[in-house]
Amino acid sequence: MNAASETLFKTLADPTRRAIFERLAVGGEQTVHALTDQAGVSQPAVSKHLALLKAAGLVRDRRDGRETHYSAQPRALAPLIDWMSLMGAFWEGRFDRLETLLNRMDQ
Amino acid sequence: MNETTTAGAVVIEREMPHPPQKVWRALTQSALIEAWLLKNDFEPVIGHRFTLRAPPMPQWNGLVDCEVLAIEPPARLAYSWKVGEDGPGAMRTVVTLTLTPTPGGTHLRMEQSGFRTDQENNRRGAEFGWRRFMDGLERVVAGLD
Repeated sequence: MNAASETLFKTLADPTRRAIFERLAVGGEQTVHALTDQAGVSQPAVSKHLALLKAAGLVRDRRDGRETHYSAQPRALAPLIDWMSLMGAFWEGRFDRLETLLNRMDQ
Repeated sequence: MNETTTAGAVVIEREMPHPPQKVWRALTQSALIEAWLLKNDFEPVIGHRFTLRAPPMPQWNGLVDCEVLAIEPPARLAYSWKVGEDGPGAMRTVVTLTLTPTPGGTHLRMEQSGFRTDQENNRRGAEFGWRRFMDGLERVVAGLD
């Protein structure tokens, strides 16, 4: 796994960050204030999570006056989707072998 | 461990025309595990640490570090599945195999849960589960190229 993927996986390992990312992915662009109202953690904590999401390429920010607006970059999830496809294919292949083994085994 | 600790990312389900006791043997006896999964030093004991050995590849030494988390014959087996050195780069997941008797044999379900962390484990229930995250993102990902 390359460094970018590692950053992505590490970033998404935190459930609060996942929640923030999904709100942006599903709900569209939002400010830190709007996110803080829903997140159940302090604004500095939300800002810190957003900075890590941004570093992983998962969100983009846009200044507008005194507010910063954040939006999700779902394309950054590609390595995660790749990992799921890879592991899915791995287990499908192993289950094929398991079936073959079971057919050979005695009761 | 219960279901909420294994919010999952990869699920494979299959009907096996064999009784659960037989499938269980294939999942828990080291020589049989090697025949379908990987070389291993598995023992059916909770807390037992074992290694699955695949052929080395570029960027991967082929080793999967595991620990038995649940043994409930012939119904449920769970082990941790770690790829990579300890540290931020390590991929920590949990594999749970569930066997359900059916009229024709056994329904076997494999769930590999994503990115289980100590933090997530401690905060389970009150937090945003991985499964819900992936379910919610299906709509988003469906819109990608």
